[in-house]
Amino acid sequence: MGGSTTVRDGTLSHGDFVASAKALIEKWKEIDVDDALPDWRWKPCCKMGVPSEEEGYLALEGVYRNHGGSQVQSCSGNLHFYDYHVVYSFSYKVPVLYFQGHQSGGQLLTLDEIKEDLPSLSLKLLGESRWTFITREEHPHFSRPWFTLHPCGTSDCMKLLLEGMQDKDQQVRYLPAWLTVVGQAVGLKIPLGLHCNS
Amino acid sequence: MAAQRDDEAGWSAEAARRVWGGAVPLQVHLHDADVTTLPPPPPFLTLGPRIGYLPLLVPIIKAHFSSTLPPGIDTVWFEYKGLPLKWYIPIGVLYDLLCADPERPWNLTVHFRGYPSEILTLCDGEDSVKWSYMNSLKEAAFIITGNSKNVMNMSQADQGALWQSVMKGNLDGYMNISTRLKLGPFEEDCLVRTSSVEGQQGSDEPESPGSGKPCRVPVRLYVRSVQEDLYDLEDALPVGDWESISYINRPFEVRREEGRSYITLEHALKTLLPEFFSSKASRIPDDSETAPQAPDSAPNDDSDVTPRSCEKLESSASSSPQEANVANKGKIVKLVRVQGIEVDMDIPFLWVANNLKNPECYLHICVYVGTRKREPKDGR
Repeated sequence: MGGSTTVRDGTLSHGDFVASAKALIEKWKEIDVDDALPDWRWKPCCKMGVPSEEEGYLALEGVYRNHGGSQVQSCSGNLHFYDYHVVYSFSYKVPVLYFQGHQSGGQLLTLDEIKEDLPSLSLKLLGESRWTFITREEHPHFSRPWFTLHPCGTSDCMKLLLEGMQDKDQQVRYLPAWLTVVGQAVGLKIPLGLHCNS
Repeated sequence: MAAQRDDEAGWSAEAARRVWGGAVPLQVHLHDADVTTLPPPPPFLTLGPRIGYLPLLVPIIKAHFSSTLPPGIDTVWFEYKGLPLKWYIPIGVLYDLLCADPERPWNLTVHFRGYPSEILTLCDGEDSVKWSYMNSLKEAAFIITGNSKNVMNMSQADQGALWQSVMKGNLDGYMNISTRLKLGPFEEDCLVRTSSVEGQQGSDEPESPGSGKPCRVPVRLYVRSVQEDLYDLEDALPVGDWESISYINRPFEVRREEGRSYITLEHALKTLLPEFFSSKASRIPDDSETAPQAPDSAPNDDSDVTPRSCEKLESSASSSPQEANVANKGKIVKLVRVQGIEVDMDIPFLWVANNLKNPECYLHICVYVGTRKREPKDGR
């Protein structure tokens, strides 16, 4: 009951986040995914060396992109790699995307360099939508700055997106729906198969 | 009742005045690599407001060292015993967390070159600090009211005035504007106030008290480990990197429980940091500072601890069993600091939250956890 209530206002409980994250991991393995995309993994977080199965985050790491794909250039010299983390925000009660890119040699990409890798649709989305703007914030689990899409508008956005859905479906569909929206903003294509019920 | 509330209001006003007036004596040394004159310049002495931020001191520090700085573009950052200081954490919190034994004056090193951008988010001076503050205030507003609209809808003039008040330590100016945001005080049986829908639910309160959303208090915890057998705080080893500190940004939901006359700080910390309150500690009277309360709290403690124990057993099975067990057994809370005060665990949590919070409406709590020294893990 509590779960249904919170989903209706566009938020997601921590328990539902954990459950749907693990469901997404399994679903991802079943559907037809672009060969360039690795698997999502669940990573438990540690407090002073004590692992917690209850808390953790979703990770998709090592996604590569050819920088300046249309140009004919040396392949190895222009590969960029991206890590995407989905972390639950207890403040906003929504998932939050953290990401960073690095060159094949390990050097971190700047925001301008990242934007060069984005398709025009993403750039348009980032420029226009009030729900997707990139800031640089400390990653909750790493004590280091990562790029992120600010979560303060997520619950309003998700409320609109999930309107009209049956209550029981909302919890299951929340994370794939959210991931599709934020994925578009950062150039991460989410296969349609993720939404179909098997 | 009225007299009691007047007393409470008086104490709250006094507490706010002291929190806002709190300051850390700082002795700022210029980093050797940035010195271009002989002899090197003397350190700069100043007071850093507890609720303020280090970058706001840069103009006066720069003026002091201006004659000896190298040419080029400045990228200012601060360091304490090799640890770059996160500028978006209030000065008082950094001091409480990093100086186990309060160091007076607090000796900091200022750098004007070589910004460690992989560790610290860039800071463009006052504008970055203002943005960080407003961002935290928005987050706190979301926690407390369910949305950030009160903060988002502030006029530019009000935002500017609020920020100026925080920068200058102007409590009266701050109160004039912040009271309109309706972000407090935290109460045990509060309902979310802003939304009209919630208002309607509020009218139903007499019929079904449980239907209201629980009050949520914005809390930021900074957990640091010290040697288990530490007796004198001055013997604590300095913090070498931020990875060794657990930062937990998680609101506390105020839920009234039967058998409790009020929610203690200990109860709140047990909820937010279950890993650090082992079942042994809560059951052994000698270890517990709340022994007088033991009869009342024992049943709740048992019910609280059991699920966590099961979870820990599961996690132990999944990873290295002995290591996890040792890690769990070896950890116990030694010290809790808020606004420089070592608070008793049995103090009412809501009093602490209402009276010792920072201007962005967050309660910052520094927790010192005793850890048995085993193998130094460089690979972590």
